[in-house]
Amino acid sequence: MRFDLSEDQQDIKRTAHDLLASRSGFEQVRKAAEAAAYDDALWSELCELGWPGIAIAEEHGGQGLGLVELCVLLEELGAACAVTPLLGSALAGLAIEHAGSDAQSERWLGALASGSARGALGVVRDGVAELVPDAEGADVVVLFEADGSRGEVVEGGAEAVIAIDPTRRHGRVSAGGEPLAGDAGEALARALVAVSAELTGVSQRALDMTVAYVKERKQFGVPVGSFQAVQHRAAQMLLDTEGARVATYFAAWTADAEPERLPMAAAMAKAWASDAAQATTAGAIQLHGGIGFTWEADVHWLFKRAQVGSRFLGGGGAHRAAVASLLRAGAEIAA
Amino acid sequence: MDLTFSDTQLAFRDELRAWLDANPPGDAPEGDDARYAWARDWQRRLHEGGWAGVHWPKEYGGRGASLMETAIFFEELGRARGPLPANVLGLLLGGPTVMVWGTDEQKDRYLEPILSAEEIWCQGFSEPDAGSDLASLKTRAVPDGDDWVVTGQKVWTSGAQYSKWCMLVARTDTEAAKHKGLTYFLMDMEQDAVQVRPLRQITGEAEFNELFIDQARIPGENVVGGVGNGWKVALTTLMNERAGLAFFLQVRLRQHLDDLIGRATSNSALDDARLADTLADLHVRTEILRLLAWKGLSTIERYGQPGPEGSLTKWLWSDTNQRLSQLAADVLGAEALTAGTPWAYELLRSPGNSIEGGTTEILKNIVAERVMGLPRAR
Repeated sequence: MRFDLSEDQQDIKRTAHDLLASRSGFEQVRKAAEAAAYDDALWSELCELGWPGIAIAEEHGGQGLGLVELCVLLEELGAACAVTPLLGSALAGLAIEHAGSDAQSERWLGALASGSARGALGVVRDGVAELVPDAEGADVVVLFEADGSRGEVVEGGAEAVIAIDPTRRHGRVSAGGEPLAGDAGEALARALVAVSAELTGVSQRALDMTVAYVKERKQFGVPVGSFQAVQHRAAQMLLDTEGARVATYFAAWTADAEPERLPMAAAMAKAWASDAAQATTAGAIQLHGGIGFTWEADVHWLFKRAQVGSRFLGGGGAHRAAVASLLRAGAEIAA
Repeated sequence: MDLTFSDTQLAFRDELRAWLDANPPGDAPEGDDARYAWARDWQRRLHEGGWAGVHWPKEYGGRGASLMETAIFFEELGRARGPLPANVLGLLLGGPTVMVWGTDEQKDRYLEPILSAEEIWCQGFSEPDAGSDLASLKTRAVPDGDDWVVTGQKVWTSGAQYSKWCMLVARTDTEAAKHKGLTYFLMDMEQDAVQVRPLRQITGEAEFNELFIDQARIPGENVVGGVGNGWKVALTTLMNERAGLAFFLQVRLRQHLDDLIGRATSNSALDDARLADTLADLHVRTEILRLLAWKGLSTIERYGQPGPEGSLTKWLWSDTNQRLSQLAADVLGAEALTAGTPWAYELLRSPGNSIEGGTTEILKNIVAERVMGLPRAR
């Protein structure tokens, strides 16, 4: 029993953190977001390092690591608000790896792992998937029914949509692709965990920026972080963030080690991480005061990521409903 | 990340489960005194089986279990629906404090009767005017020959009416700064100068007491950790209080929640979207509490000191337990509001959760200042 990253996983985390700190500070995020474009130089570098294929099997050209390692990268990318299409490619890779046919795997996984193709993943309603992150310019989009009952692979063809989160390119995708061969539910559950990891990173950064700010900012002659009202809200942000982290890494661990527990664990992670990201980023704006509401303060990139990401693949309410169904099913079996 | 138990941990758990199966705790009897006698008998049986001081080193009669095994012990104890051992304060606070600060004579004298529940311990820290601000306590100890003479008042003393020894923190130097003038004593409760008055709480029962101390005598050899060192000695016990208990409380919460899920499924309450959402939220909170507790232990095992999780679990537990009792009243209606039913008891007992052992408000200050490094609160 060890609820902690291994040495290797901590190395990945440190490397990712240091790289993003030097290559993707908020100046770069702002520049790319204002140009409505990805940070192509950063994306090339991440592809050379093999990040998009970290959780894709070696036989398909990836690094063959697990969902925990992917979550480590996504948490750091979320914290940096890095303007890359990595999330979409990683999600498409996860889905095709776990539910694709041999032909689909053959066709897409190597290209997604190397970055020569870009992917995205979304949920379809009435034949259309709205606001699919990283879909604009994607070569392949995996679409799911919201309940995970069915999945399909669509080639290209996303219509660009400008979302409130300008650190990412979004698209509208029409259904009508080739069905996924395998268990769509499990593939979708893995995607939920990956998105939860990104939201955990967003929450952590919101907390870190806030703690740093309230230590410095003085009013009434003292740092505002000495006011209990401020302290208590910051403490709540820490609880929200730590909760998101343990729920996410527990779910990531079940995916590879005890997949029968994955559906419940993934729903719990997405439920908590979604609400946490909304609360921590709103808290960050509030505790930064007026400056937090300005474009220059950079808190808003996190708030916008959280607003879209928390609803992507279903928000807190939807996933608590999923938890309730699983609890009910369990109780009925027990009775 | 590896969330499976090792072979050693599994062997420990299986041995304990087998013992608990062969020695079931039975159902709690009615009435305060009967319940206490049940918990004391339970500890005697645990002791005979070698399970009373699992986390105590072998040289002191314990099992020498690791942190993880201790957590497993409390989880399994909760799962078997056994009570906490009657001398829980001695086992978790008193004994470990004597082990760290006590003289060899004190270790020989006090440790064994704690394990066997022959001598029960209580905790005399809080006072009417010293709650969260413990260091401002006023109970005074004055030297008289080789003895100390103590006068003052203590409050929230659970189990005082059954106790032989009180872990008493008193002021021995009124000139020193408030944290510095304190001393930690072991006070014999069996003397007329110590009067115990049960404190009736909002549930109607009396788990806690007030202690009125009027010139009680404590021999000098009953000082633990040196005169004037009481604040430091007391902090040892306050830190010990949290670790193992968290697992027991977490399992209790899980059992109550599972009971409620069963009831909500059979009475169709889960068809109501709000109730279903709240119930699912409680499930998520309860699981996160368990994960935080495990992560906290992993952090201590690896780095030798607690991470942020340790400060969060008590807060999250009390909050979740209060939400649970409220939801139970929504799901069960009249039953949970009828005096004497288990859920009615929970409804009245849970408001104390966010006060006992550290109020949530102070815990949040501690999280902000010690975990996040914010400036001291104003």
